[in-house]
Amino acid sequence: MQIYLPIAEVSVNIFLLLGLGGIVGVLSGMFGVGGGFLMTPLLFFIGIPPAVAVATEANQIVASSFSGVLAHLKRKTVDLRMGTVLLIGGLVGSGFGIILFNYLKSLGQVELLVQLCYVVFLGMIGSLMFIESLKAIRNASKPGGAVPKRRKHNWVHNLPFKMKFRVSGLYISVIPPLLVGVLVGILAAIMGVGGGFIMVPAMIYLLGMPTKVVVGTSLFQIIFVTAFTTMLHATTNFTVDVVLAVLLLVGGVIGAQIGTRIGVKMKAEQLRIWLAIMVLAVCGKLAFDLLVMPAELYSLGTGGH
Amino acid sequence: MIRLIALFLILALPAKAEEIVLGLSRDEVAITATFEGSEILIFGAIKRDAPPDADGDLGVIVTVAGPDRPVTVRKKDRRLGIWINTDAVDVDVAPTFYAVATNRPLEEILTFTEDLNTRVSMQRAIRSVGATVEDAESFTDALIRIRSEQGLYQTLPTGVLVQEEALFRTLIPLPANLTEGDYKAEIYLTRGREIIDFYVTTIPVKKVGLERWLYNLAHDNPFLYGLMSLSIAIAAGWGASAAFSVFRR
Repeated sequence: MQIYLPIAEVSVNIFLLLGLGGIVGVLSGMFGVGGGFLMTPLLFFIGIPPAVAVATEANQIVASSFSGVLAHLKRKTVDLRMGTVLLIGGLVGSGFGIILFNYLKSLGQVELLVQLCYVVFLGMIGSLMFIESLKAIRNASKPGGAVPKRRKHNWVHNLPFKMKFRVSGLYISVIPPLLVGVLVGILAAIMGVGGGFIMVPAMIYLLGMPTKVVVGTSLFQIIFVTAFTTMLHATTNFTVDVVLAVLLLVGGVIGAQIGTRIGVKMKAEQLRIWLAIMVLAVCGKLAFDLLVMPAELYSLGTGGH
Repeated sequence: MIRLIALFLILALPAKAEEIVLGLSRDEVAITATFEGSEILIFGAIKRDAPPDADGDLGVIVTVAGPDRPVTVRKKDRRLGIWINTDAVDVDVAPTFYAVATNRPLEEILTFTEDLNTRVSMQRAIRSVGATVEDAESFTDALIRIRSEQGLYQTLPTGVLVQEEALFRTLIPLPANLTEGDYKAEIYLTRGREIIDFYVTTIPVKKVGLERWLYNLAHDNPFLYGLMSLSIAIAAGWGASAAFSVFRR
């Protein structure tokens, strides 16, 4: 069954959109990522104009993250205090990011920058996580071998402005989470995603938060950053397609609920290794597109550079 | 403008021996939520005062053109091992939809000069002015190729059916990804590759109902539209969560 999208001005299959929303929703609930880094390229692929895909995707992530956060709140796996600190950094960062994005757009080649950003960050984070979780799994499976304590005492713990984060069981300075927030905010604005796939590893490896708390806290933060992005796109570019968003989020919210339940049943190391594999797969695809001669050398854009 | 002048020139021709009488299967195309593309049947008759002359073959050309929008065509090239956009050409006049249907291949029923004046053929209908890159032609060719694959540009060399030199009909398929606006249908009658009569009419293509309402809201009241989109998202997220907790009990 086809449906015509009023803003995107294309006609697409309803079930395709529901299915895409569902799959990305499951991943979102499982890993605490918004799923934007997967969904946005998929929407390009089915013929949604890029500007509409990026803007609408932000709106859809609001829904799936909200649904996921509610499930995590019930289980008390959201560190609201940490989430708020990250969010403050995040909003500042996305403000900077949008200025930077518009500056680069005036120079041209912004599309290339976005792609390179994806390849570099996805590649880095994916391989780091993959190696780390593989080690963890190997150590855990050793008979009698103790699981190494990951929360080491490093430079992060010697900074001023310490704050107690009870849910995460941390007593650390607010500077590192603020900086993580700013960095993720900048990248999120440039790459047009929620930033969960950067936020989650940063929280685990940089801040030393327990994996179970990380997912809920990341989702909490993502809601606000993507809501901000949605409003910005709706008021400046008129590119949020509410019909497309509704179809994606119907699949998305249901998927997120299922994903959260799967995530709880899985071991933390397993969860991380699957996220790593997924991140590396997307990175590989994007790198492949940059390196291999495209079938169609020409592309169409709206008037004016 | 050039088209208009050309039409006036044709108007100034001596009394016509043959004239077009036209019919359309629909006055307008409404884009609804379930729009899957459509088609327009353009049909008509050729009115004559006298029996047809024997000089030259009869040609019927039907074109349907969507609203013009400028387009930037970019070309990728390999730089430092990766494929990036290097050259770009701005195409000033590019209809969002263009179909040209004829009863025989266009060059057999229209002279090159007439094509230059009326800009009927696909190549003439798309123009880029002041392109600074070499080989600008290949950019317009790429535009035609990409849009043809999307069903937006169509050349139908035997798309017009002519019966007994008096009746003609053609079916123009419209894809689902249509742009709103006034679509201009033009019908040309040729004899011996010269235009002897023409007929112009417009077919409005517009969104209706919910599609219309959402589109207007998004453009006239974007802040409200953004808030509405967010509220839907939050409500859906909460709804799914609530539904699942009931489900698990």
